[in-house]
Amino acid sequence: MTFIGWLQIAAVLLAVLVAARPLGLYMAKVFQSERTLLSPVLAPLERAVYAAAGFKPEREQTWLSYTLAMLLFNAIGFLFLYVLMRLQGVLPGNPQGFAGVSPDLAFNTAVSFVTNTNWQSYAGETTMSHLVQMTGLTVQNFLSAATGMALACVAIRAFARSGTTTVGNFWTDMVRATLYVLLPLSIVVAVAFLLTGLPQTLAASVDATTLDGAKQTIALGPVATQEAIKQLGTNGGGFFNANAAHPLENPNAWSNMLSIWSMLLIAAAFPFTFGKMVGDVRQGRALLIAMAVLLISAVTIVYWAETSGNPLLATAGVEATAGNMEGKELRFGQAMSALYVVVTTGLSCGAVNAMHDSLTPLGGLVPMFLIQLGEILPGGVGSGLYGILVMAILTVFVAGLMVGRTPEYLGKKIEAREMKLAMLAVLVLPLAILVFTAISAMLPAALSSLNNAGPHGLSELLYAYSSAAGNNGSAFAGLNANTPWFNTTLGIAMLLGRFAYVVPVMALAGSLMAKKKTSSSQGTFPTHGLLFIGLLVGVILILGGLQYFPALALGPIVEHFLMHAGQTF
Amino acid sequence: MSPRANSAPLFDAGIVKTAAVDAVRKLSPRSLVRNPVMFVTGVVAAVVTLVFARDAVLGSPDTLFTGQIAAWLWFTVLFANFAEAIAEGRGKAQADELRKTRSDTPAKVLLHPDDANDDLWEKVSATDLRVGDVVLVEAGDFIPADGEVVEGIASVNESAITGESAPVIRESGGDRSAVTGGTEVLSDWIKVKVTAKPGSSFLDRMIALVEGAERQKTPNELALSILLSGMTLIFLIAVTTLWGLAGYSGTVLPITVLVALLVTLIPTTIGGLLSAIGIAGMDRLIRFNVVATSGRAVEAAGDVDTLLLDKTGTITYGNRLATAFIPVPGVSETELAEAALLSSLSDETPEGRSIVALAKGNYGQSETDVSGRQPTAIAFSAQTRLSGIDIDGRSVRKGAVDAVLGYAGQTMDGAASAFRDAVEAISQSGGTPLAVAEGNKLLGVIHLKDVVKPDIKARFAALRAMGIKTVMVTGDNPVTAAAIATEAGVDDYIAEATPQDKLAYIKSEQAKGRLIAMCGDGTNDAPAWAQADVGVAMQTGTQAAREAGNMVDLDSNPTKLIEVTEIGKQLLMTRGSLTTFSIANDVAKYFAIIPALFLATYPQLGALNVMQLSTPQSAILSAVIFNALVIIALIPLALKGIAYRPVGAAALLRRNLLVYGLGGLVVPFIGIKLIDLAVSALHLA
Repeated sequence: MTFIGWLQIAAVLLAVLVAARPLGLYMAKVFQSERTLLSPVLAPLERAVYAAAGFKPEREQTWLSYTLAMLLFNAIGFLFLYVLMRLQGVLPGNPQGFAGVSPDLAFNTAVSFVTNTNWQSYAGETTMSHLVQMTGLTVQNFLSAATGMALACVAIRAFARSGTTTVGNFWTDMVRATLYVLLPLSIVVAVAFLLTGLPQTLAASVDATTLDGAKQTIALGPVATQEAIKQLGTNGGGFFNANAAHPLENPNAWSNMLSIWSMLLIAAAFPFTFGKMVGDVRQGRALLIAMAVLLISAVTIVYWAETSGNPLLATAGVEATAGNMEGKELRFGQAMSALYVVVTTGLSCGAVNAMHDSLTPLGGLVPMFLIQLGEILPGGVGSGLYGILVMAILTVFVAGLMVGRTPEYLGKKIEAREMKLAMLAVLVLPLAILVFTAISAMLPAALSSLNNAGPHGLSELLYAYSSAAGNNGSAFAGLNANTPWFNTTLGIAMLLGRFAYVVPVMALAGSLMAKKKTSSSQGTFPTHGLLFIGLLVGVILILGGLQYFPALALGPIVEHFLMHAGQTF
Repeated sequence: MSPRANSAPLFDAGIVKTAAVDAVRKLSPRSLVRNPVMFVTGVVAAVVTLVFARDAVLGSPDTLFTGQIAAWLWFTVLFANFAEAIAEGRGKAQADELRKTRSDTPAKVLLHPDDANDDLWEKVSATDLRVGDVVLVEAGDFIPADGEVVEGIASVNESAITGESAPVIRESGGDRSAVTGGTEVLSDWIKVKVTAKPGSSFLDRMIALVEGAERQKTPNELALSILLSGMTLIFLIAVTTLWGLAGYSGTVLPITVLVALLVTLIPTTIGGLLSAIGIAGMDRLIRFNVVATSGRAVEAAGDVDTLLLDKTGTITYGNRLATAFIPVPGVSETELAEAALLSSLSDETPEGRSIVALAKGNYGQSETDVSGRQPTAIAFSAQTRLSGIDIDGRSVRKGAVDAVLGYAGQTMDGAASAFRDAVEAISQSGGTPLAVAEGNKLLGVIHLKDVVKPDIKARFAALRAMGIKTVMVTGDNPVTAAAIATEAGVDDYIAEATPQDKLAYIKSEQAKGRLIAMCGDGTNDAPAWAQADVGVAMQTGTQAAREAGNMVDLDSNPTKLIEVTEIGKQLLMTRGSLTTFSIANDVAKYFAIIPALFLATYPQLGALNVMQLSTPQSAILSAVIFNALVIIALIPLALKGIAYRPVGAAALLRRNLLVYGLGGLVVPFIGIKLIDLAVSALHLA
């Protein structure tokens, strides 16, 4: 670890913090349908959208009809994407002449982009036409992110409103999230990416002659625009297979820092939105601090583990001062690779600028565990916020009992119904991750996809299902996931991780929304202080640790001990 | 507090014996299924027992190990059952005591209740009484059912319920008309109109509650059971899938060790003690002489934000008492005190008696016997508004200021300025001034005021520290009310309160999201009672109020709500702290069991064996034994509850987290290590 490395990490995180606060307050205005800075330009456009769609933006929905609208919208998005991919061979906008996508891959990819996972079982530049990339995948990059933001709004309103049965309007929230937040931000970020050297073209590819005289085809495309929303919407699905390690997707240190900054931005802004909308900014700050504490600890571990390197390489005579550089890009270095690894998994982004498979066992344990914690540090766009609110509810429940009062969070009593729904949501991830991993670990057809044996192979499996269920989308790689078994089961894991999780959360929000806010007294446990932050961090770690410790012990943990005993896989 | 409180020891030999038997009886699936965590433990214990039987038949080398695991799993369930049984046993002991008083005395039902002069009655068994029947209860009879006195007056021994041996007066009309079935009339007679069906009387409900027969899970308990069930499911997933992951790694995990891992991980500690905590909480309440109609009410009491108290009888003694004599210039305090004493000698009102007491006490007047001096007592009348005495040629009068001024032939303006100032000051402070005159000479003023009970201010301070706001309800004018409110240290008051005012106040507090408790005798308060979230009725109150309240305080001490609130909070704290303890324990159990499971495949995982447990089997067995023993060790804590201190939520949480969170992390490391030492010393595994 170097001082310069830490300075870079601190600079990026600070830049996020500086931008997140105003953005968070701006989003609070957007989702409360107030006038904003951009209203003069966007309000007419917004009205035109409502007029064209023919609905009243102020008509409020119950949690159930809001959720049904969301499910319907996503189902249509899935179908559209699926059909588009299956038919890409006969559709225009296909200069490379790619064939239609296979059913299982189309299912997996459609689910993946609808659920904001952006797991890619394929290599983008050699599988998907420009038409699919632009009208299918990029559009879903916007819509899945907007869906997450809309759902987070409902979760926030659950605490902001008192004694109402309506939670807002799904279509209004979607339109406003896209129009007022995602679109302007991605224009700004896309231009910034262009300035750092990302290509933006509709041409298919260019042919280059290498120094040896060989002919090389370099794939091109509308990279900068897709990159912007990929990061902002914590989608993570790269234009190129190598994702952000590809020199055209992430050419230099500046583009790398911009990537990290832009993927953290909205997720880090949401706690501010939360604080503003519930009328107590300290509440949002507490959540953000808890996220930051865990995220920075994770960066520290990865940075340390990677710079400590692999003792086996040192004994083999490899220059070891740089630590473990396998699978990393020299232009980013250890610090920015470690930060990227942690941020992309602490968020449910899943873009990668280094090979996670090549991380040291402990360095690989961290991103996997961050995903398993439920993508809440700070999590996906929107989904991170409602995820951490569920954890906060569990924390408050135990803490509330310990101070001898019916537990309440922000004045909303947490009772049997809320616990039932929160536990339902919490059960989804271990169910999807552990059950599919265990089955795959016993299934010869699945095991044949593994590139590595022993605990490292198990890590690859565990990572794949964690990434899918956590809607992260990054791959540990070393696993050939483009098989019917993996495409299907990973697709199911993604669906469970998104929708089986969010439906109980919406019901929870509906139930809280209907409750009257109780006033706080000296007997109420304050949820903005250090004690709460510490407790929240503890609950997240202990709950996550208890669920995944046995699995992790057989994967990265034992691999770590084996590595030090001189055994590799 | 009555003698009943604190009487029973935590473990009584008889109760323990019965509980041990009950613990086995509670193994029936129908009883276990009510507790998901223990149900799972029971099911897997049965599975391991089958494995043990198979091992024994096949003569497997693991037979001894499997047998021990099976035995300790059963012990885990038994210990949990025992905890519940012992809590119930303590309740039952109380119920039996109560039941003794409910002898089935025949009731004397009046045949013509409408005719007050016709006392013809017929003997009917108390169990055959119906609501609306009127019964005659004479000296020596037990009152057969809950009811209201419609005629007569009697002294009643209510010690069966209140534990208070002094008899109380019960009479028709007013707030002392309610009588309770099972209490005994000591003298005179009363006619009682039955208001409760046999079997649903106050005493019956009390018995049912302490026995736990009617026990339903309270809202918070329900929410906690859901959390515990959810945790159990999560661990079920983690342990089941571990079998597959282990298979991949080349280890075939026997069912016995998987079960051991599962049972040590699921929250058996809190799961096993949960119902014992609830029963013990109700039991503690009754030891404080408060009867709650449901566990829900007790929990609600723990959440109360605002407490409404009647001023009269609760905050103040209820009568205006003389507190000072203020003479006019030229008159000594002793002269005024003597005159005041003389004027009040024949005044039997509480005010008059308090003047006599003050004169004799603080002002050193001696016992005066005036009977030989042929006094003429002048009684108070509504017209004259003064009273006094004519004696030895002196005419001493005291009374309302204007009446006394008139008697002395003076006017307010003509009186000494010191007199005017004193009258003014007393009125300002919310007191009542009484003037004293002898003949046409004005002597001074007596300060009458509503005296606040001496310890009440400290009680309100305690409530405030708990986060509860106190509100005084009084019919006094705002000036008086404000003065008393300041003196008693209440946070707010409602002056000149009408029933509508009270109702409006409660509604507005509730609209702000506060939970309201109301204490009082309940006269004229029915709508407000119905609106309040928690109503603590006084045993001396009306039957209607006792029915409307969620709780009845048998000692009729309105500030008892402090104890009730503490018990409610204790209940939640005990549950929360043991849950934290239970979950924190899992960390150590992982470190004990995971390396043990995979030692053959991955000896390197031995690095996680931080406790240096001797063998894999010993490690697993020790964790299971620790898991079972910790239930037994925590039974006293579950029964007594965790001490509540009114120090504010954050401080309370910090303390409980330190003790039960950190303790929960550390204790099992030590405990499992010690058990491992014992297990390997005894060559058990």
